[in-house]
Amino acid sequence: MIARLLPLAAFLGLVVLLFAGIRLSEERPPDRLPSVLIGKPAPSFTLPGLREGEAEVSSSAFLGRPWLLNVWASWCAGCRVEHPLVERLGQRRDIALVGLNWKDERADALRWLAQFGDPYHAIAADPDNRVALHYGVYGAPETFVIDAAGVIRHKFVGPLTEQDLQRTLLPLLAQLLAEAGS
Amino acid sequence: MSAPRRVLAALALAIAGLAAAAVDPLPFADETERARFNALAAELRCMVCQNQSLADSDAPLARDLRRELFELIRDGRSDTEVKAFLTERYGDFVLYRPPLDRRTWWIWFGPALLVLAGLATVVVIVRRRRAGAGAAPLEPAKDEEW
Repeated sequence: MIARLLPLAAFLGLVVLLFAGIRLSEERPPDRLPSVLIGKPAPSFTLPGLREGEAEVSSSAFLGRPWLLNVWASWCAGCRVEHPLVERLGQRRDIALVGLNWKDERADALRWLAQFGDPYHAIAADPDNRVALHYGVYGAPETFVIDAAGVIRHKFVGPLTEQDLQRTLLPLLAQLLAEAGS
Repeated sequence: MSAPRRVLAALALAIAGLAAAAVDPLPFADETERARFNALAAELRCMVCQNQSLADSDAPLARDLRRELFELIRDGRSDTEVKAFLTERYGDFVLYRPPLDRRTWWIWFGPALLVLAGLATVVVIVRRRRAGAGAAPLEPAKDEEW
């Protein structure tokens, strides 16, 4: 009897295993890699500013309050998708929204900003992937959440969604602001 | 040359051009350095295409990482240091051979365990059959098909 049920049990076990795999890949898509830099100091950088007359953009300027580093490019379709949400973040004055223009042509980037709107408080130009490489960037858009002490606390891979904002980003920013204030 | 031949020749040239694009003109000092670079690039994963190594991939990110790899080798870093540099930024995922630790032991030993389990099953079944062949079968033969 038991010998007869064994194949069925094995089959059911396999079904459970495969379904768990599907569920897991929905929650944590395999192409979204976790950042190893979370909890580590954000790599410091000084890059030329992207905009006309924009001075050098240095990561040390943002110490003392939480900031977001949004990796974007004019060639990046996902950046257009998340742009309305990024604009909303750019309206905040309690955090800094820093754009990292990644592997892009300056003229294209400026045209993109003119067309869709420029939400950033500062934009660093990294056409040769010199700085983004240290952040482990492997695609655009990516968004790093960095606390007032300059530690990377979270990373979003791919376009930000309303759900990301409501569930993760906004509560985290509130927490970081509280940490910075105390 | 006839027109179709000319088209073919142009196509062949274009394809050859694509294949050559994956090889950057890096200024290697000697063949040893080139060999080291190629060996390392073959062991590191391109993060964008995920199933290609840095050596195979023509993705712009892979090209950047090959440049970084070259500069690290030029700096006189050891293979271990180069790999550490990349894993500190991109995680263990860049390594085609993941390190042996608590999270990965089943990747390394899982297949061997499965083979052992299969062997054990076969041995048990064969022994039972042999024991059953001498004595009268306890169950109808069709049950043994499993």
